[in-house]
Amino acid sequence: MAQTQVTIPFRESEGPQAKHAPARLKFYVDVKRCIECGGCEVACKNENNVPEGIARIRVVTVNEGEAGESNVAVPCMHCSKAPCVAVCPVDALYHREDGIVQVNKETCIGCGYCLYACPFGAPQFPKSSPFGARGVMDKCTYCAGGPEEPFSDRERRLYGSNRIAEGKLPMCASVCSTKALVAGDGEEVANVVRQRMAARGSGGGGWAWGTAYPESK
Amino acid sequence: MKLIRRQDHGVPAAQSGWPQALDPRLDRRHFLRAAGLGGLAASMTAGLVKETEAAQEPGAINLPQLEQVKTICGNCAVGCGFVGEVQDGVWVSQEPWFEHPINLGSLCSKGAAAREHVISEKRLRYPMKRVNGQWQRLSWDQALSEIVAKLQEIREQHGPDAFMLLGSAHHNNETAYALRKFAAFWGSNNIDHQARICHSTTVAGLANVWGYGAMTNSMNDIRHSRSIMIIGENVCTSHPIAMQHILTAKEVNRAQVIVVDPRFSKTAAFANQYARIRSGTDVAFIYGLIHIILKNGWEDKRMLNERTYGLQALVDEVGKFDPDTVENITGVPKAELERIARTMADNRPGTVIWAMGGTQHTNGTSITRSYCALQLVLGNMGVPGGGTNVFRGHDNVQGATDLGVLSNTLPGYYGLGAGAWKHWANVWGTDAEELKSRFTNEKMMQKVGFTVARWYEGVLLDAEELGQDVNVHAAFYWGHSTNCQSQLDRIKRALEKVDLLVDIDPFVTTTSILPDRPDGVYILPAATVYEQYGSVTNSNRDIQWRNRVVSPVWESRSDLAILLDLAERLGFKDSLTRNTQAAWEGVPESMQDVKELPEETYASIIREWNLGMRTIGMTGQTYERMKRQQEWAHAFDIKTKTAVGGPVDGEQWGLPWPCWTEQHPGTHILYRTDIPVSQGGLGFRARWGTQAPDGDTLLAANGSAPAGSSINGGYAELKDWKTDLTGQVFADAMAKELAPFGNGRARFNSWNIPDPVPAHREPIHSPRPDLIEQWPTYDDVKDHYRVPTLYKSLQKPDWVKDYPIILSSGRQVEFEGGGNSERACWWLVELQPEMYVEIHPKLANDHRLKHGDWVWIESPEDQDGKPSRIKVKAKITKRVGPDMVYLPFHWGGMLEGESLASKYPAGYVPYGLGESANIVTNYGYDRVTQMQETKTGLCRISKA
Repeated sequence: MAQTQVTIPFRESEGPQAKHAPARLKFYVDVKRCIECGGCEVACKNENNVPEGIARIRVVTVNEGEAGESNVAVPCMHCSKAPCVAVCPVDALYHREDGIVQVNKETCIGCGYCLYACPFGAPQFPKSSPFGARGVMDKCTYCAGGPEEPFSDRERRLYGSNRIAEGKLPMCASVCSTKALVAGDGEEVANVVRQRMAARGSGGGGWAWGTAYPESK
Repeated sequence: MKLIRRQDHGVPAAQSGWPQALDPRLDRRHFLRAAGLGGLAASMTAGLVKETEAAQEPGAINLPQLEQVKTICGNCAVGCGFVGEVQDGVWVSQEPWFEHPINLGSLCSKGAAAREHVISEKRLRYPMKRVNGQWQRLSWDQALSEIVAKLQEIREQHGPDAFMLLGSAHHNNETAYALRKFAAFWGSNNIDHQARICHSTTVAGLANVWGYGAMTNSMNDIRHSRSIMIIGENVCTSHPIAMQHILTAKEVNRAQVIVVDPRFSKTAAFANQYARIRSGTDVAFIYGLIHIILKNGWEDKRMLNERTYGLQALVDEVGKFDPDTVENITGVPKAELERIARTMADNRPGTVIWAMGGTQHTNGTSITRSYCALQLVLGNMGVPGGGTNVFRGHDNVQGATDLGVLSNTLPGYYGLGAGAWKHWANVWGTDAEELKSRFTNEKMMQKVGFTVARWYEGVLLDAEELGQDVNVHAAFYWGHSTNCQSQLDRIKRALEKVDLLVDIDPFVTTTSILPDRPDGVYILPAATVYEQYGSVTNSNRDIQWRNRVVSPVWESRSDLAILLDLAERLGFKDSLTRNTQAAWEGVPESMQDVKELPEETYASIIREWNLGMRTIGMTGQTYERMKRQQEWAHAFDIKTKTAVGGPVDGEQWGLPWPCWTEQHPGTHILYRTDIPVSQGGLGFRARWGTQAPDGDTLLAANGSAPAGSSINGGYAELKDWKTDLTGQVFADAMAKELAPFGNGRARFNSWNIPDPVPAHREPIHSPRPDLIEQWPTYDDVKDHYRVPTLYKSLQKPDWVKDYPIILSSGRQVEFEGGGNSERACWWLVELQPEMYVEIHPKLANDHRLKHGDWVWIESPEDQDGKPSRIKVKAKITKRVGPDMVYLPFHWGGMLEGESLASKYPAGYVPYGLGESANIVTNYGYDRVTQMQETKTGLCRISKA
């Protein structure tokens, strides 16, 4: 397998609509498919060297043992109108042009506002005593590293891997057991969703899509 | 639903049009702007322009140069592929292998943690032995010298049968084969592995119905199913990646998913219909379905008339199981039963999937045969989307079973008869007389040995009670956990009593920790599967080549290297490493300090098993074909597993056996008659002659032979097909489109085993004393696999007075087997840090238990006169019904509430410690195979 093989859906730069618009990277969480195998959680640890006690993605089960039991993988959704970005008092959080929400760990003061603002519980803080200092925030980077030289030791140490720069998808979605967690450009993801909905004959399945991307169709 | 654009082989990705806006090399500038540092841009312009220009040239980024190694996951038997990335000999990351036809890049938590099995700080670094209660480091040479001296001494005093070798389903095919050959040259049949307590009842059951004891279709083939019955299997937990195919069938085919289980498992949450069955009543449940199907005339008459034998015997037995009776036995309401029968009948083809929930019972061999009966009656056999899809446990449990790491057969299910020994002596280029001289005598050479499930009785019981003249004095646990075996407290005593105990594993296991003894225990560090070459057979008979990702770490050695070193010291390495055609390549003169064998040694061993494994057609899967398939994985269709074009054109992925010749594509779906034998077609095996004892024919009816057959009907097996090493019989058979094993009938009536027609029997520890009289268990057996086995004398109606709660056990998705590897990986332990017992809210409230409380679980005393107990935390959940509790079985390192951490060598305490469920699982063994009954027992609970 070639090192540089691209494993990400991309927009055609040609075609009738000559789409040159920047891609908008999103997650899609299919609750009709997630089986809580934990693959995404472990793959994230493996890929990004995430320390103990920090979960950049976690799988939540609701209604366990009853009809209607569902599982949801919850990463940072990289929201369009990200509340974390809005509340950050030092502008440590920001959007990249491709929609990825990143945190600058050197600017972050660890106040925790983003934790209260986030509807998904994505921001993570190193554990300490109940009233102790929080330390700077860590969260899912969409495997896009951070505001450092791509592939530098410094980026790897502070943020983890930079798969997006390698032309690869986030690791969690890449290994998802049942392809419940789908990542990529919003249009490509929408194609996947459309096919599944057509097969199922009904809507449903996509979790928090409306909350994370309110303007998307 | 494909996540990625699958690219043509070899097209460099640089051409694929990465949008400019996403170019990460521009990120820095975006960041500067976003962070309000634009003022700096002017002074940095030159640098940024340079960066932008560099972006036009592919490969300009300073990416680390990583070696990419395709390999196969070493946990469950789905057989997922992934890519290991290696930098300077260190395994630094994992990548998905998107073109792999089985998993399409997906991995569950265990597979995603594959790398941690190698880099874990808890990996064993050097050999150790216990001296005066302390662990002491020693060299490999010293360790093996001492072990071999002790073994020789035991052999001289007690003979070869005083040795028990517990092999592993994690060994690759070549090592498994070499291990069985090793036991033959040692001179004992006391060799067994996890398959005994995994699917031995499936193998015996299926083989006695239609010839082969393996999964008939495949994971991928489930994409063709229109109904899917999952009974006694929790796919989401045990085989997560198989759910990908199941959910696709559910979405695309609108397949009806039916889950039958005592527990509302994670898989049940995805079912269209769920039936809560009482544990151990599967035969009654299945007969209830068949009863309804036959009453309504929904059976496949053509299948029954042309390709089965003994239907009347089945009809007579099924007659006892009207829906009311079934409801009384199983607890499944008859309306539900009828709905399920109708669903299966209306949605064909349908598949039946099972695992330990179906196998681990005293009548396990009846249960597995009843599933077969249902599929035959529905006509779901030999068709895409149908079949009995038996999900096996370990990555190579199918392979280790095929290659005979079992006490009842030589490789290839040849058995232990004189003919079997003659065949293999012929393959090995050895004199059968010479082999005989290694054994106690000819009788013991042909007698089945101890099993994994009961070997310890060979230590604990008086020699007079055993099926051999001597006790067991030495035991090797070689890639096997103790804590997945029931009666663990008895095993503990046996581990304390043997003279020599050797534990060979990548991690410190419960085997070394459990016994209270000051010395006589050796720990030898083995490499993980990722540090060894070899082929592995997944659940659906696909044989895949597994590359070694990195060399064995620390002082660990590959299993084959350890094996050959032992053989060298025991004096039979030369006999072991040659066969009738050639000596194995790449084997050094001296094995001293050799860490691993080169790839060509494994290739030599493959050629050897290719030569001898005639019965199941492991003859056409050459090393070269496996390697070629690995390279051409992208050419295989996901639904049919057939390659389109290229040098692999027409081949089935994994060359599933039987793959008769080097030109044969492999048999994806067993017993399929709509395609010719040379393309993977087959009838049922004519294994029991041409005529049954009652005079009925055992040959298939006219018109039912595989397409293109030169004999258009039933025929007996071909002469010498199992022993002809020249390949001529197979070549002739392919030319005439004949299956070498004949074209026979599947049997509803297996007259040669206990309960010829599958029978419902209440578990030994039945919670329903009122049913014991009508559906009793078996009579006690004096010598079964060399041990006395109790049935009726233990089935007491009053057990339930003191132990009123059903006890069942099973898996957690993060761990596997004894969990000794996974509990030493903190990525996994972090997700599942504690042992627990699942208790229904009603049962919990009745016992004044709250979520998180400590609970004592006590099991009946059985033959020991001492109740066993464990202390675990309560997890209150509606997964279980109010009549049962459920325990995961992967835990170890605690005993009766006390931590055993101090007994580990310093620094090797795993991240996860917990009580072992198998301390309290009850006594009970299958009547045919000695499978342990861990799915149905009794217990009582109290607040600790």
